[in-house]
Amino acid sequence: MSAITKEIGGANNGGKRVIPTNKASKWYPAEDIPALKKARKTPRPTVLRASLQPGSVLIILAGRFRGKRVVLLKALEDGTLLITGPFKVNGVPLRRVNPAYVIATSTVVPVDSVDVSKFTSAYFAQEKKSKKEGEAEFFGDEEKKQKKVISEVRVTDQKTIDTALLAEIKKVPALKSYLGSSFSLKKGDKPHLMKF
Amino acid sequence: MSEEVTTVKGSAWRLVEVGRVILINKGDYAGKLAAIVEIIDHKRVLIDGPISGVPRQAFPLARATLTPIVISKLTRGARSGTTAKKWTEAGVDEKWAKSAWAQKIKNREIRWGLTDFERFQVLILKKQRRYAVKKALAKAKKSA
Repeated sequence: MSAITKEIGGANNGGKRVIPTNKASKWYPAEDIPALKKARKTPRPTVLRASLQPGSVLIILAGRFRGKRVVLLKALEDGTLLITGPFKVNGVPLRRVNPAYVIATSTVVPVDSVDVSKFTSAYFAQEKKSKKEGEAEFFGDEEKKQKKVISEVRVTDQKTIDTALLAEIKKVPALKSYLGSSFSLKKGDKPHLMKF
Repeated sequence: MSEEVTTVKGSAWRLVEVGRVILINKGDYAGKLAAIVEIIDHKRVLIDGPISGVPRQAFPLARATLTPIVISKLTRGARSGTTAKKWTEAGVDEKWAKSAWAQKIKNREIRWGLTDFERFQVLILKKQRRYAVKKALAKAKKSA
């Protein structure tokens, strides 16, 4: 425990006194307070499979866009993948997906020319809703009636990414219609034996 | 009897005979060719494939298919060296590569190895072929 020395006035007081900086408590807790356990482990950064390289075409397996073939733009710092259809080709917007729910194909679209530096997990964070009070909040009629408006920033970002990606996609014949088509298993298909 | 007199013909069946080339279906050497060198019994034969990489062994016929190729000059119990020589003389590998059967196997393997994008390209090409055929058919029907 740290302490400071203080000068004390008065002839009979010895001149100096050592005083602790934190004064000890006057009382002792009647019940033991459990000491918090210190975490010794830190979360490791996610390691993606080798097939998930920027530009590779993925097949989405779950969710609203299941079966769609999309382009992987980059891996985000939160362990998800940044993808887009492109939106103009198959309607899949700039979106984060869980790498566990995609199949990576061997087809690669060069994405070096596409600038994706502005997209982080913070970019996709939801805006906080202002809480309404009373009945309006309870019934939520107004909110239901209002259609969700997509912000201008998102729309323009999507457009710039789409144009840059489409320029690359058009270089390879049939690639655009490939991305426009969706994946499904046909009779006799054995997904564990298929090459992607 | 000479050939001019009789009209009786032997069956077109592929026989288990010395010199008959077989395609192995099961086991370590599946997909490879070998020649029958000797018949052991009605179920097993001694095979040898020095060119195709099949070691000389007794082999059950149930795990093989007879091909139409026969090495006619192969003698019974011929050793590996002789078999190799006769094999190349008879042009077994060339005959096999030319056959529709071998082509089919090859194409099947190619199709299995296609990537997702390549499968899509095949789909498009098949569509185009179908369209062309139907168009031609419709034209022919109209003119007829």
